Amino acid sequence: MLSFAIRRIVGAVPTLFALIVIAFFIMRVAPGGPFSTSRRLTASVLENMNKAYHLDEPVWMQFGRYLWGLAHFDFGPSMKYKDFSVTELIVQGLPVSLEVGVWAMVFATITGIALGMAGALRRNGVTDLTAGIIAMTGVAIPTFVIGPVLQILFGLQLGWFPVAGWDGSLDAAILPVFVLALPNIAYISRLTRGSMIETLRANYVRTARAKGIGPRRVVWKHAMTGAMLPVIAYLGPATAITVTGSVVIEQIFGIPGIGRYFVEGASNRDYPLVMGVTILYGGIVILANIVTDVMRGFLDPKVSYD
Amino acid sequence: MAVRPASAPILSARELTVDFKLEHGWVRAVDGVSFEVRRGEVLGIVGESGSGKSQILMAAMGLTALNGRCSGSVTFEGEEILNAAPDRLDRIRGSSMSMIFQDPMTSLNPYMRVQDQLTEVLVAHQGKSKAEAVDIVVEMLERVRIPDARQRIALYPHEFSGGMRQRVMIAMALLCRPALLFADEPTTALDVTVQAQILDLLSGLVQELNAAVVIVTHDLGVIARMCDRVIVLYGGRIMEEAAIDDLFEAPRHPYSRGLLAATPRLDDDTAHDLRTIPGTPRAQAGQISGCPFEPRCERRIERCTAETPPLQRGAGGRAAACHLVTP
Amino acid sequence: MTDAVAGAPAALETPSAAGLSPFKASWRRYSRNKLAVGGMVILLIIVLACFGGPLLFPYGPEDADFDNISAPMNLFSIHPFGTDEFGRDLLLRVLVGGQVSLAVGFVGALAAVIIGVVYGATSGYVGGRLDNFLMRTVDVLYGIPYFFLVVLINLVVGRTIAGLFVSIVVVLWLTPAVIARGQAVSLRHREFVDAARAGGMTEWQIIRQHIVPNTMNVVIVYSSLLVLEVIVTESFLSFLGLGIQPPSSSWGSLIDDGARSLETDVRLLLLPGCLLSATLFCLNFIADGLRDAFDPNER
Repeated sequence: MLSFAIRRIVGAVPTLFALIVIAFFIMRVAPGGPFSTSRRLTASVLENMNKAYHLDEPVWMQFGRYLWGLAHFDFGPSMKYKDFSVTELIVQGLPVSLEVGVWAMVFATITGIALGMAGALRRNGVTDLTAGIIAMTGVAIPTFVIGPVLQILFGLQLGWFPVAGWDGSLDAAILPVFVLALPNIAYISRLTRGSMIETLRANYVRTARAKGIGPRRVVWKHAMTGAMLPVIAYLGPATAITVTGSVVIEQIFGIPGIGRYFVEGASNRDYPLVMGVTILYGGIVILANIVTDVMRGFLDPKVSYD
Repeated sequence: MAVRPASAPILSARELTVDFKLEHGWVRAVDGVSFEVRRGEVLGIVGESGSGKSQILMAAMGLTALNGRCSGSVTFEGEEILNAAPDRLDRIRGSSMSMIFQDPMTSLNPYMRVQDQLTEVLVAHQGKSKAEAVDIVVEMLERVRIPDARQRIALYPHEFSGGMRQRVMIAMALLCRPALLFADEPTTALDVTVQAQILDLLSGLVQELNAAVVIVTHDLGVIARMCDRVIVLYGGRIMEEAAIDDLFEAPRHPYSRGLLAATPRLDDDTAHDLRTIPGTPRAQAGQISGCPFEPRCERRIERCTAETPPLQRGAGGRAAACHLVTP
Repeated sequence: MTDAVAGAPAALETPSAAGLSPFKASWRRYSRNKLAVGGMVILLIIVLACFGGPLLFPYGPEDADFDNISAPMNLFSIHPFGTDEFGRDLLLRVLVGGQVSLAVGFVGALAAVIIGVVYGATSGYVGGRLDNFLMRTVDVLYGIPYFFLVVLINLVVGRTIAGLFVSIVVVLWLTPAVIARGQAVSLRHREFVDAARAGGMTEWQIIRQHIVPNTMNVVIVYSSLLVLEVIVTESFLSFLGLGIQPPSSSWGSLIDDGARSLETDVRLLLLPGCLLSATLFCLNFIADGLRDAFDPNER
C-alpha cells in the first residue's frame, strides 16, 4: 500500500515539473514587463530594477534560481506589491481560500452522495426529481451567474446573509460555500445515482438478495463499495473544479483569498505572483488526485499494487 | 440416484407465468408452467437459451427483474411465496431455500472477503456469532474440498480459480442446510474438466441433506448425470415431463426427440452429419396461439397453429404437450 | 439474463429498413428525443437572433441614446430591454455580446476537435512508442487545471478575441484527442485497415480516409459538450476581466458589468445571464440527446 502511494507521488512529479516549466516560460515570453503599465521610467532606473529582479540574466539561469527558491517555498518577490514577497501574500490569503474550498468540497460530497442515493433508491420520487433539477441547474448555469442572483435574492431582497465580505463568521460563509459547492453537488449526485443504479443491477447484488440478509444490508454492505468507486475517482476532478471556481467566488463575494491575487496578478503581469498561485493550486489538484487514487486502491482489492 | 423421496412436495408451481415489459410491449418468458419437487429428488429443467428456464427460478426466489410481472402460484412447504413480501421471503431465502448462480466470478462480491460473504448468511439466519460462523464456514469449505480453508477465507473472490469459486458458491448456498436448492446453469461457466467434479460434489452434498433440487441447464449431459426427473421447456411452455430414463430412452414430444437426436454421442456413426433442429427460437411478442414449437416441428399439422396443445398427464409421471402424442 | 431489466429473448426480428445507414439511424433516434430537439430549435433561435438581430437596429451597441438614459424595460418601446446608464440599448448589447460568445464557442470547439482528432487518431493508429509519448504528454497536461493554463497562455497571446480563442483551443484539444485515440486503437486492428494497406494506401492516407472518419461518430457526441466548455471558459475569463476587453463584449464581460451594478440595476446582470444560461441548457440537452442517440456504449 505504501509503495503504491509512493509510486503515485513519483508519477505526479513530471506533471508538477511540467506545470512549473510552462508557467515560468510563459511568463517570460509574455509581452510587456511589470513596469510597462506604470509611468515611464528612465533607462537607468529600468536597468536597475531589471537587475534587482534578475531579469537581465539568461533565461535558464532565472529558471534555476526559481527552482531553488521553490525548494525553500520561496516564490520570489511580488512585482506589484513592492513591500511583499509572494510567499507572504500567499500565507495571508491561503487559509481563507482553503477554508472556503474545504467546506465547499465537504458540503458538496455529502449533499451530492445523499441526493444521489435518495434518487437511486426511490427512483422518480420527489427527491429524485428535485435532485435532477438541482443537477441540471448546477451544471448548466455558471457560478458567476448563480452567485450574483443569490446575492440579490438572499442578500439584498431578503437580507438573510451579507451580500459580500468575509469575517470568518458562519453568516458570511454560507452563500459563497454554497455557490462554490453547487456544480460539484450536481455532478456528484448524478454520478452517485447512476453508479448506484448500475451496481444494484450487478449479479453479486442479486446473489446478496438471494441470501435473505435483508435489503438494508444488501444496499449498505454489498452495493455501497462498488457504487462509490466512481464517485471517489471523481473527487480529483472535483477538486480542480472547486479550485477554479474559488477564483470567481472570491471575486463575487469579496473574499480575501489567493484567487483574488491570481486575477490581479494576471491583470498586472505580476509574474511571480501569478506563477506562485498557479503552482500552488496546481499542486493542490495533483495532491488531490493522488489521494483519491490511493483511496480507490484501498477500497478495490482488484487493484493490485501495480 | 436418490433416496426414497418424502410424499408431500416441498415446492409446487401452478400455472406460473412471467411477463416482461420491453420497449415494444410485453413479452412472455414463462407460460403457464406447473411442476412439483419433493425432498430427496432432483428435477432438471432443460431448454435452449431464451426458453425462460432461468426465469422460473428467479420467480420462485423473488428475484425477478423490475420490469417483470409474475402470476400463478408457487408454494414452498405449503406457503405461497410468489410475489410475497420481501421480508417474508428473506426468512426463507438463504436458509431453507437457496440458490447457486451461473457465473461465480460476477456472482460473488469482488469487494468483500469470502469469509464475510459466507458468515453473514449464518449470522443473519441462525443468529450465530462471528466466531461460531467462521468455524462452520471453514468446515463447509473443507467439505467442498477447498484446501487450506482457514487461511483462504480471508481472500477475495478474484484470488480463487474458477472451479474453486463455484465451490465457494455451493458452500454458501448450503451453509444453512436448505431443504430446497436451485441451481442455475451451475457448470456452464466452468472448464469441462472441472464440471464433472463439481457435479459429483453437488450430488453427494444434496444427498446428505436429503434436499430437493431444481437444476436449470441447456446441457443434456448435466441432466443425465444429476437428475431423477426432467422437464423440457420451449418458448416458456413445458413440452414434456418424464423420469430421466424414460426421456432418454423413449422421448415422446417432437422437440425432445429433436434435442436428443441432436446430441452427439460417443457411439455415434461418424459418417452422419450432426442432426439439428431447423430454425431459431422465436421471440414472443404477445400471446401466441398454437404450439410454440410448431414453426420448427417436422410433424406439424394445421391444428398445431390454431390450438395450443395442453399438457396431458399420463402414466408413470409422464406428461407431454403435443396434439400428436399421448404421454 | 442477468440484468435487472431483462432483455428480449433471442433473435428478435425487426423489419430491416432498406439502406438505413447507422448515421441516419442514430439521427432518427435523436429526433425522437423531444428535449434534445427542443434544445436545438431554441439554440438556433438564439444564434439567429444574435447574428441577425443587430442588423435590424439602426445604431450600434456603443451608441448612446441621450434622450433615453437608464430607460426601463418596455417591450413596446424602441428599447425593448431598456438602456443602461450610458443610454446604450441593452437588447442590442446582449445580442452583440452573444455573437462573440457563440462564435468563440463553436469555432473554438471545431478547432479543438480538429487538432485533437488528428493528434489522437494518429497516436492511436500508429501505436508503439509514438503513442506512448504523445499520450504521456496528454496525461501530464491533464494534471494541470486547465483554467490556469488558459490564463497563462492568454497572457502571452494577448487580450484580443483571436488571442482568447487561441488560448482556449490550445488547452481544450486534450479531451477530443483522448477520445479519438481510444477509437483509433480499436479500429487499428480491424480488417478493413489491413485491406487498405494491402491495396497500397500509405499510412497517412489510411489515417485521413479511414481512421478519422470512423472516429467522428464518437467525437460528434462529445463535441456538444466541448462547445459548452469553450463558452463557459470564455465567459469565465471575461467575467474576471481577463478575456474580452472593451469595447468588445461577450456575455461573460456583460455579466461582469452587471455584477458590479447589482445594487443599482439588476437587468444588466439578468439579461445576459439568462441568455447564457439558456444557451448552456440547450447545449446540455443536445449533448445528452446526442449521447443517447449516437454512443453505442449507452445502448
